[in-house]
Amino acid sequence: MQVPETFDYERASNIDDAIALLERHGDEARLIAGGHSLLPMMKLRLAFPEVLIDINDVPDLDHIRIDGDEIAIGAMVRHAAILDSALLAEHYPIFRDAERVIADPLVRNRGTIGGSFCQADPAEDLSAVGAALGGSVVVRSSSGSRTVPMREFHEGPYETKVGDAEILTEVRFPIRNATGSAYEKVERRVGDWAVAAAGAFVQLDGDMIADAGIGLAAVGADHFIVPDAEAALRGKPAIRESFEEAAQLCHDQCSPVTDQRGPEDYKRHLARELVLRALTRATARARGEES
Amino acid sequence: MQVKMTVNGEEREADVEARMLLVHYLRDELGLTGTHWGCDTSNCGTCTVAVDGQAIKSCTMLAAMAGGRDVETVEGVAVGGELDPVQEGFMREHGLQCGFCTPGMIMTARWLLARDPDPDEATIREAISGNLCRCTGYENIVRAVRWAAEHPEGATDAEEVSA
Repeated sequence: MQVPETFDYERASNIDDAIALLERHGDEARLIAGGHSLLPMMKLRLAFPEVLIDINDVPDLDHIRIDGDEIAIGAMVRHAAILDSALLAEHYPIFRDAERVIADPLVRNRGTIGGSFCQADPAEDLSAVGAALGGSVVVRSSSGSRTVPMREFHEGPYETKVGDAEILTEVRFPIRNATGSAYEKVERRVGDWAVAAAGAFVQLDGDMIADAGIGLAAVGADHFIVPDAEAALRGKPAIRESFEEAAQLCHDQCSPVTDQRGPEDYKRHLARELVLRALTRATARARGEES
Repeated sequence: MQVKMTVNGEEREADVEARMLLVHYLRDELGLTGTHWGCDTSNCGTCTVAVDGQAIKSCTMLAAMAGGRDVETVEGVAVGGELDPVQEGFMREHGLQCGFCTPGMIMTARWLLARDPDPDEATIREAISGNLCRCTGYENIVRAVRWAAEHPEGATDAEEVSA
């Protein structure tokens, strides 16, 4: 029987309340949202917070909406809501691609985007999606909100820019014209963590690539990205040769490790192949050839 | 801590540790052993219950987190001794062998049908992808859910006679 170490339970009624509880209980307190990363870690005694602060009752964190020239996603938005969102499917189908292969429908009913980002698991899919798209993360403390660029948010495995008495409130992605996005993942069985996965974002200017983003999960890419591969795409024609060059750079510059999910060379092969597929599909979507 | 919630329409309350998981609260504190306890790791799905109408895995939710919420377990599915169409579908289509996964399957199937009353086979298979069955190969489970979709009011009198 897997049971966490003992802790005290608090339930926050709003964001200010959650921050006040964090300040009162110090660095041994943790927020709990869907709980599908933190509770398993607590059962395995990989995490043993002294106080859990439940934020499931906190209002105003469950929106997916257009806000100015960005799409804003509240931290408590569940995976299931991301999968079902017509707004996200219209602007960034990469979310739908990724959510279809994140765990299973029951887990997706609980897990949240804020929890996924803050867990910062190097194999986590939404973090790779965020890396591909760029954008920003809004973090609040008692002294106000600050905005962290997406690509600076993750400091390393299981580490983010969120401080002890701070709460991630929102994730924001810019709305851009002539874009396409896609996510490709290989897993050992349905619902598993990725052996390797790649997200791609492409913005076209006619036949040329105006901008591109690539996010990699589970292959040891720092901050989930390979900047050289993205730089290699900008200003190039949107054709297979350009995608292959970027995919090769991902193959060469990622740092996968051999583990129970597969050997290192296989993961590099997957990184190349999945980047190639994701770029190809993202480009087809940018051209309106695929939904 | 005192944890109070509505379970199958009744107010229930127990004094438990904050670390108690919802599955153990239901089984050990309330005696509702219809909800099964399986893998402990949110993989197998046999502990699936509905919380505020959402099917979730009760091994990965604290009882405290369910406090104040509306919980439904497999014990609450049949009304007045009448089987729910999903239960009847599992019976008629032989949707179980050992029965270990069945409570979770039934709770997930009810959640699916509430969202999508006429799911095709692929939709059913996707919906139950977080519920593992080691006996049936899933074929009869899919048929059972389809039976329920086709009989939202349960069996007709004619079917009762032929059954």
